[in-house]
Amino acid sequence: MGKEIVIQPVTRIEGHAKVTIQIDDAGSVSDAKVQVVELRGFEKFCLGRPIEELPRIVTSICGLCQWSHHLASAKACDEVFGVEIPPAAKKLRELANSIAHTEEHILHFYFLAGADFVMESDADYSVRNVIGILGRFPDITKKAVRCRYLGARMLEILTGKSIHPVAAVPGGFSKPLRAEERDEIKSMANEVLEFAKFSIDFAKKDIFPKYLDTFNTLAVIKTGFLGTVKEDGTLGLYDGILRMMSPDGVYEDFSYDQYTDYIAEHVEPWTYLKFPYMKKAGGFSMDLDDPKGVYRTNALARINICDGFATPLAQKEFEEFRKAFGRPVQNTLLYHWARLIELLYNAENMVRLLDDPEIISTEIWKKVEPRAGRGVGCVEAPRGTLIHDYETDANGMVTNVNLIAGTTHNNAAMNMSVKRAAIDNIEEGKYDQGILNKVEMAIRAYDPCFSCATH
Amino acid sequence: MVRVAEEWLNICGGCELTILNIGEPLLDLLPSLQFVHMPLLMDQKYFGQIGEKTEIEIPDAEVGIVSGGIRNEKEKHVAEEMRKKCKTLIALGSCACYGGIPALANQSPLPDLFEKVYRQSKTTEPAGDPSEGLPKLTDRVYALDEVVKVDVYIPGCPTAPELVTQALTSLLEGKSFVLSERSVCDDCPTKREKKAVTSVKRPLESPVPLTQKLEESRCFMELGYLCVGPVTKSGCGGSEKVPRCIKGYMTCRGCFGPIRKGANPMVEMMSALSSIGLDMKLIPDRPATLQRYIGAQGRLKPLPPKR
Repeated sequence: MGKEIVIQPVTRIEGHAKVTIQIDDAGSVSDAKVQVVELRGFEKFCLGRPIEELPRIVTSICGLCQWSHHLASAKACDEVFGVEIPPAAKKLRELANSIAHTEEHILHFYFLAGADFVMESDADYSVRNVIGILGRFPDITKKAVRCRYLGARMLEILTGKSIHPVAAVPGGFSKPLRAEERDEIKSMANEVLEFAKFSIDFAKKDIFPKYLDTFNTLAVIKTGFLGTVKEDGTLGLYDGILRMMSPDGVYEDFSYDQYTDYIAEHVEPWTYLKFPYMKKAGGFSMDLDDPKGVYRTNALARINICDGFATPLAQKEFEEFRKAFGRPVQNTLLYHWARLIELLYNAENMVRLLDDPEIISTEIWKKVEPRAGRGVGCVEAPRGTLIHDYETDANGMVTNVNLIAGTTHNNAAMNMSVKRAAIDNIEEGKYDQGILNKVEMAIRAYDPCFSCATH
Repeated sequence: MVRVAEEWLNICGGCELTILNIGEPLLDLLPSLQFVHMPLLMDQKYFGQIGEKTEIEIPDAEVGIVSGGIRNEKEKHVAEEMRKKCKTLIALGSCACYGGIPALANQSPLPDLFEKVYRQSKTTEPAGDPSEGLPKLTDRVYALDEVVKVDVYIPGCPTAPELVTQALTSLLEGKSFVLSERSVCDDCPTKREKKAVTSVKRPLESPVPLTQKLEESRCFMELGYLCVGPVTKSGCGGSEKVPRCIKGYMTCRGCFGPIRKGANPMVEMMSALSSIGLDMKLIPDRPATLQRYIGAQGRLKPLPPKR
């Protein structure tokens, strides 16, 4: 008779999951699973609603990346209504998206995962958190609290409501940005940009060098990748085409509405979360030595699939990263590094958009008419490619909804990473809270949101 | 030092983020608060740090904050444990107070939800309902006070950061915290001309010219766009007062819930509209639109099958 270890709840992540690890008689790990223990059923209860209300309903899929759901939903609605939104509306949406990404990445690095590195992974659980970091690096933590707050504040000024926003509407954007508001946001954006620059320098100088060995060994698996690129191949977050890369680095590009040709979702009886896989792989397996169809999303995937970044500082960091680690990078913990490069990109991008004179235009909302149709809207959420697929009847009432969230794509990869970490760190049946935290670190690297993922 | 435990149940995490959105004033509060449990930010586990215990255990606390309603057996146990361990229990956000958006699911029976998610979704390979080692879903979404006694309600989707600060400060000073019984309209800057509404339009265009400032604009409801502000509790705008969605040139959808305990926003809204001769059929998806955030506590129920 072996033994079962249960880590519950998985902490410093968003949503509800537990890890179960099976130990055999010899004390070795025979299996490990991430079980997601929640389900709300948005795909069911969005049915029958007026389509224009969905961007205001689906935000509640996620309280952290509500903007991603809001924007993907508005984009799907634009498609359903068959409307090309005004250029200024697109810029306002992209601005909101970049602000939201900076806020999210600051949250993840400083408030959620950072403690594993700043406080050491086997530090006592009582101090392995943001309050512990506050004790050790009070000035940096205060700055992180402030810059995350500034993100929320900028979104509030820009749109009225930062969490569960309402401003992205079918046909455009509901609230114009006034010149004086733009000026106010701009000074905040510059402050966040400075902090983004500081963050990557700080991590590269004081944090990452200590963990290079961990990066090379913890939870490393081999998978494919999915993300979005713009026409020129640089990273796309608000808009672009999807790019799916196989584990050997060969990739294929496709438009949003073709996603059903590339992705299928498998169901296991022990978790509420589905397992998307690459349809073209011809099957699905999470076998550590011979996985099939498994791919990843989120920052590491994006840095792997894109050809570059459209802003100068992020591009410089991208080049350094690619030179150091190659393409595609499979080391799971390098998600953290990739995320900080994206933080910089988004901070630069919001300053760039605020400098665009068109950002204060009031030509931002085109009238739409209900009709029967289908629309697929995608954005890159901080946690990965987000897909909203809607169908309506002639009155514009919703008849079908299919959603795949960023974290959902990473389900198989997280399960494999956890199993890898458990096998490599639990020997002769011995474990303590520090070792179990290393297993959780395999999950945290993905910055998962399980509420989002099961929706 | 006041010990605080925070838990989240059937959630999105927006209420936890709202706590962080307090920003720097939160740092001022921190010396008087000791967070003893908060899964989003801390590693305190339910069954001991290495899973060695058999019963769920959350540390004792003076103040317990719970976000989210209840959608499964595990969430029910956690709610009960929080009640047992916390002297004062706060229901944070409209999911905890009234079921929130996820309670829209209460309009259909649970098997239909599973059917759609695991067998009727475009990209999903049809399979049975997952159940091995998973908490069973409850028959419907419950508000927190349908399962345990609640002492303080802070509604909103999410609530305003200032209200969280005010509630915590009041509790630190040993005072009670109750929101005023005002409506969203009381804080709305748009102009009401008290002229009767002649139609109810869907929000498929801007309610007012966007070159116009909000204060110069007419009430969106008077312009014919359904706004649930008249029957919704105020407070979302925090210290700035202006309701958040209105600030975004959008109508209110009622995320702060009823103005007073026991009120029925749907009935109030419908009688107000029908008293001026408007046809209720003009409001598509009426029960869910007028009760979008408050579907627990028996308000939203499975719809009768279509004939």
